[in-house]
Amino acid sequence: MNSAPPRAPFLRIDRLRKVFGDFTALNEVSLAIDEGEFICFLGPSGCGKTTLLRAVAGLDIQTAGRVWQAGRDISALPPAERDFGIVFQSYALFPNLTVARNIAFGLENQKLKRADIERRVTELLALVNLSGQEGKYPAQLSGGEQQRVALTRALATSPGLLLLDEPLSALDARVRAHLRVEMKALQRRLGVTTIMVTHDQEEALTMADRIVVMNHGVIEQVGTPTEIYRRPDTLFVAEFVGAMNRIAGVGASDGRVTVGEVTLDTQAHAAAAGAPVVAAIRPEDVLPHAGAEGGGESSGGGGDSAGGDAADGDAASAAAKGNNRLQARVDYLEFLGSFWRVSLTCAALGGVALTADLSSNAMRRMRIEAGARVDLELPAERVLVFPRGRGA
Amino acid sequence: MTADADTATTDATTVTAPASTTPAAASPAARIRPKTGRDDKIMAAFIAVIGLYLIVSLALPLYAVLSKSVSAFYFDLGNFEFQVDRGAGWSAPVTARQLNDELRALSPEELRTSGDGRLAVTVFFPDFNFRAPTRYRIRQVQPEAAFLAGTRRVADTDWHTFDSNQFRRVVLRASKSTGLDNYRAYFSTPALFRSLKNSLTIAVISTVLTVALAFGFAYALTRSAMRFKGLFRIIAMAPILVPSLLPGIALVYLFGNQGMLKSFLLGESIYGPIGIVIGSVFFTFPHAMIIITTALSLSDARLYEAAVSLRASRWKTFWTVTIPGARYGLVSAAFVVFNLVITDFGLPKVIGGQYNMLAVDIYKQVIGQQNFEMGAVVSVVLLIPALLAFTIDRVVQKKQVAQLSSRSVPYAPQPHRRFDALCLLYCVLVTVFIAGLIGVCQYAALIKFWPYDLSLSFNNYNFDVMDGGGWDSWKNSIRLALYTAAAGTAVIFCGAYMVEKTQRFVATRAAFQFLAMLPMAIPGMVLGLAYIFFFNNPANPLHGLYGSMAILVICTVTHFYTVSHLTAVTALKQMDREFESVAASLKQPFHKVFSRVTVPVCLPSVLDISIYLFVNAMTTVSGVIFLYSPDTALASIAVLNMDDAGDIAPAAAMGMMIFYSNIGARLIHLLLTRKVMRNTQAWRTRRGEAVR
Ligand SMILES: Nc1ncnc2c1ncn2[C@@H]1O[C@H](COP(=O)(O)OP(=O)(O)O)[C@@H](O)[C@H]1O
Ligand SMILES: [Mg+2]
Repeated sequence: MNSAPPRAPFLRIDRLRKVFGDFTALNEVSLAIDEGEFICFLGPSGCGKTTLLRAVAGLDIQTAGRVWQAGRDISALPPAERDFGIVFQSYALFPNLTVARNIAFGLENQKLKRADIERRVTELLALVNLSGQEGKYPAQLSGGEQQRVALTRALATSPGLLLLDEPLSALDARVRAHLRVEMKALQRRLGVTTIMVTHDQEEALTMADRIVVMNHGVIEQVGTPTEIYRRPDTLFVAEFVGAMNRIAGVGASDGRVTVGEVTLDTQAHAAAAGAPVVAAIRPEDVLPHAGAEGGGESSGGGGDSAGGDAADGDAASAAAKGNNRLQARVDYLEFLGSFWRVSLTCAALGGVALTADLSSNAMRRMRIEAGARVDLELPAERVLVFPRGRGA
Repeated sequence: MTADADTATTDATTVTAPASTTPAAASPAARIRPKTGRDDKIMAAFIAVIGLYLIVSLALPLYAVLSKSVSAFYFDLGNFEFQVDRGAGWSAPVTARQLNDELRALSPEELRTSGDGRLAVTVFFPDFNFRAPTRYRIRQVQPEAAFLAGTRRVADTDWHTFDSNQFRRVVLRASKSTGLDNYRAYFSTPALFRSLKNSLTIAVISTVLTVALAFGFAYALTRSAMRFKGLFRIIAMAPILVPSLLPGIALVYLFGNQGMLKSFLLGESIYGPIGIVIGSVFFTFPHAMIIITTALSLSDARLYEAAVSLRASRWKTFWTVTIPGARYGLVSAAFVVFNLVITDFGLPKVIGGQYNMLAVDIYKQVIGQQNFEMGAVVSVVLLIPALLAFTIDRVVQKKQVAQLSSRSVPYAPQPHRRFDALCLLYCVLVTVFIAGLIGVCQYAALIKFWPYDLSLSFNNYNFDVMDGGGWDSWKNSIRLALYTAAAGTAVIFCGAYMVEKTQRFVATRAAFQFLAMLPMAIPGMVLGLAYIFFFNNPANPLHGLYGSMAILVICTVTHFYTVSHLTAVTALKQMDREFESVAASLKQPFHKVFSRVTVPVCLPSVLDISIYLFVNAMTTVSGVIFLYSPDTALASIAVLNMDDAGDIAPAAAMGMMIFYSNIGARLIHLLLTRKVMRNTQAWRTRRGEAVR
């Protein structure tokens, strides 16, 4: 065969289907995951993330399609014959067992000596900074501590695969941000292949090696966080991850898009001429130009810090092209702490509403305020084009 | 039950090639048949065992009642032919039907009979004389019905010849037909049909009275700030601890022919509808009170605040807020009470006099007349209103649960002197009625010889010299209650666990759930009769259970299955659904979760189920009346039998023994629950503020 991957994927999901009555929850889902990877299933509620995770676990076996783990066909195996640890949204800690007994639950009946079990429990608790909590009951712990106990219990038997179903969603924002870092570090240290289900894009972007974006029971895109953010394959992904301006238009030659009286340059190579399309640009990519001052400044807003594989073009040189420079009126401003969200109306684009995320710095420098007129640039290499129709 | 272990891989050739670019196109589309794991197998076995229990102890016996009720027995006269030789050779053959048509010896009515029916052939020969030298021949056309010659059963189609002395001992046996004949007979017998009307009348009147009284009581408990609420509640619960016939005995002492307050009835007799209704209100009161109190305490305080802010009058608030909020509770209570009254046997037996009710009719047909077929018909007739009431109650309860799940703020009543005093007075009256009837029984039990010798003694407790089984019957009752509590709790809790926690076997679980709900709709008399038909059949391999303690335990567990099952399901629903999944991922068997987590966490509910079964086993009459044997006589039945025999004072004494035994059991239950709660406080209470 032609170029086979250098090594077999650790987990391979092949054309999985899951049907509940006449409702198809998963439709022909295929995916390959390498050993040690941290994968996030990301998508809106009800899109089938949990269903896919439970199929991998064998808790709700798929209707059709196969799953291989470590070279073994596990498609039809009951959970007890698979190799995974799992943390549920509710944690499902045994309320009448102490932290130590909860963690030791999976270590019993494994021909381990009592002392060995206890040593392992102590060691694991130290790993998640819960030393000294052995004797407490779950109800006596905080939410974050409970979550870590559940994680420890799942890891106690050293499974080859760790499955997490919205493990952070029951926690408040501060604890969540803290645990995100801790969990990711722990996963790196142990090197355990991990699948985490989440509907929180920030969680997925910060934790995952690769994100699997799902919608309506199908995979929309698989890619690294930057790929997903910078080069979304579909309008759904573009809008679900991060914020996005949508400008409806018609395809012109050379991948350009005609909107109202202007024709925008885009990064697309070829949009079918005459076809209805949507041009899309993220608010932080919209560049203001304060008349004579010329050199605009991109805001520090959303995900720009994630770093650019897309050309971090110098705004001034791009502006020279002139096609994507427009005038707009500032409607209102919203202060979001580290940046401002500016709502604009662009007459040249047929009265389309745009938002731009601008740094306080840029705001001050360019004296942007409600009612003001500003020159905008939509950098061509940041303008994405999607076919209109589906979801548009 | 589904899949089987070794068919998991539908296409073995594709299994080994995870890395190849395209596995065979057909394979992923193929339906996956999940491999059955060890846990699945154990669970399947458990469901099968408990499902089988319900089938054997419920479905099959009920089927036996139904089929019995549609088997009619009659003398099939067309099937028998006779020839007579009066010295001049054999006459031409003539059927019994022809003879009967000529003679009009037997009306069609008289041709209907039971399975044991016998008909002497001589009725067809008016000139028959056993000394005459006449000879007779008889044969069957079809070899179905058979006739008896003396003790010999003849089932062939040959001619058999008898002299007249032998012929007088020839009897015809009944043929069996399947159809609605029994029902036709039932509805055309006014004496039987009237019971249906009586039962419905009594049930409706008792329901209206009980629900109204219980509503007032519950209203006072939840909406007033009166004192002694706890005491009132405890006294109002007392009737649950005594057999339903105990108020009947008290009423006899109060208003019977030599009653203390006989004149209060203005010449009416307590034996009949009046007695049944008063007694029914007594024994159904706690059931209605619990349901309505629950419904009233669910209502939302915010609605009352709104009513106050709108300056609505108390009266208007009552009709626009209180009643609508409690309507499901009221309807549910009504149907529960209706069901209890219409299916009750003990009370109308004791105080019904000549006023016939359905449940008593079953008893009379079966025990008095040995007419099992008609007993079965009455059972089915009784089953219909019971099933109907049950179904409506279930529908209403579902709605109430939906109402319950919405978040609401509990109502905290404010003191209000006149209203509180009124409530207090009302509750005092109701509790005096309840405590009074029990007190009268206790008094009656201690009096030497009412109304002639009022000195106190324990003579009436000398059960061993009375009919009814003596002290042994009390011991048997305690044994029955203990076995029922132990075995019943185990079976019911395990069954509920399987239904609640397995994900597979959907159809089987639905069937199981239906069977578990059914007993609530089945009157005890019907269940008991069903057990006779099913277990007392020599062809049944379980025939050996008949007459043993085991069948009493089985009957009682099944009779009280539903409420216990629902209690268990409610407790199990509060457990995290993923415990079993976690255990499976850790490669631990489900029964480890069951024994280490589920049972300990549900222990309070488990104790509730066992006390419920214990108390009901102590007080039940209707379920076991057909099933006890001399060795397994029970206290509740002894009450009935001693009352029947005129030993009313000992009957009251035995009734009070049941009461005190139940109080003892409840106290033990209370202590155990306290202890469990104390031991588990560490993990039940939420984290204190100091922690962390
Ligand atoms: N046991 C089930 N029976 C019927 N429908 C189900 C069942 N489990 C999930 N679904 C449906 O499948 C879809 C996907 O569910 P799920 O995987 O839980 O979504 P999520 O992405 O939010 O985790 C939902 O529309 C849900 O209603
Ligand atoms: Mg989910």
